[in-house]
Amino acid sequence: MYAQMITSEATQDDPEKLTTFQARIDSGEKIEPKDWMPEGYRKTLIRQIGQHAHSEIVGQLPEGNWITRAPTLERKAILLAKVQDEAGHGLYLYGAAETLGVSRDELTEMLLDGRMKYSSIFNYPTLTWADMGAVGLLVDGAAIMNQVPLQRTSYGPYSRAMIRICKEESFHQRQGYHIMMKMAQGTTAQKKMAQDALNRFWYPSLMMFGPSDKDSVHSAQSMAWKIKMNTNDELRQKFVDQTVPQAEFLGLTVPDKTLRWNEDKGGYDFAEPDWSEFFDVIKGNGPCNTERLAARNKAWDDGAWVRDGLMAHAAKKRAAKLAAE
Amino acid sequence: MSQEWPLWEVFIRGQHGLNHRHVGSLHAADAEMALKNARDVYTRRNEGVSIWVVEAAHITASSPSDKGPLYEPSESKVYRHPTFFDIPDDAGHM
Ligand SMILES: [Fe+2]
Ligand SMILES: [Fe+2]
Repeated sequence: MYAQMITSEATQDDPEKLTTFQARIDSGEKIEPKDWMPEGYRKTLIRQIGQHAHSEIVGQLPEGNWITRAPTLERKAILLAKVQDEAGHGLYLYGAAETLGVSRDELTEMLLDGRMKYSSIFNYPTLTWADMGAVGLLVDGAAIMNQVPLQRTSYGPYSRAMIRICKEESFHQRQGYHIMMKMAQGTTAQKKMAQDALNRFWYPSLMMFGPSDKDSVHSAQSMAWKIKMNTNDELRQKFVDQTVPQAEFLGLTVPDKTLRWNEDKGGYDFAEPDWSEFFDVIKGNGPCNTERLAARNKAWDDGAWVRDGLMAHAAKKRAAKLAAE
Repeated sequence: MSQEWPLWEVFIRGQHGLNHRHVGSLHAADAEMALKNARDVYTRRNEGVSIWVVEAAHITASSPSDKGPLYEPSESKVYRHPTFFDIPDDAGHM
């Protein structure tokens, strides 16, 4: 998902406290920043929320790529609003992570020097305008699958950030679908572009949910703590079941020859993505990893004088105000 | 590393005359900028007609371990709720 392969941190806490803590979670209570929590819970959450926040921020890059080249002024305004929302999502999530005792700048620096990750999906390029449609439909669609259940997560600030994000997210998916619709109903060349975008983003979107359950051994603790609400495969299945009819409605074909409706399980059978590609992208070898991190580093470095200048200005104003009193 | 912008908590009053409600936080160099950023981040969809920002460092919060001593006293005072009093229906609407 936006948070992939999050390993739960081991916890060495007082067993009695752990039992009380687990009982609170099991009874549906929210854990708040000042409450006692196991060290592993705190660390796992920082990693997960941080990675989620980084994904929102880095996720602005592939779409930002098309703001100046949107086909109409209206599309441009819409895309701008969508990308601005993603900046907000990053901020809500950084805010939630900060309540766990890590600072915003620390989180940023961990992204910039590679200690923290962001979702693999944002290491793929956006080559045509139809990609804006595919991203809204598939990437935001997959994000929604994961974020809706996370509204019920046990950590209060994370849950509240998710609620706010989910409210804004359906606009994203619908604007993407609308782009796809226009393209799919357009000229032969436009329809071809829409199909091509779907082809390229289908498997990377399936990877967003993380490796298959049989290969992901880390989820039991996170699920008990209610910071992971569903298994990777559960969410992937739901996503496929929802998305296939949406693509078919547009007259587009999901690029999977093995795709079949399975009456018994009430869902589609589908092909797994190439997991070796996934692990390679996670390791930093995707088509855009270097470019994305370079762009974030440049923004951070180029902005340093602005951050410092505004702090100096604020201090000066405070001093002038004091002197006038 | 340079000094980090301080953290501000943001409170918004919506259209319908309810109290300002905490909506989240953000970083800003000063109060003016905190207000502007709050406008950009928290009222993109007409969520509010008034914004308060407070530097987080100025907020004093109760601690969860005080839960007992702080709130227990009110638990035994059920007579503070109107439902405590049994009034015959014949007395009319009250
Ligand atoms: Fe988002
Ligand atoms: Fe989104």
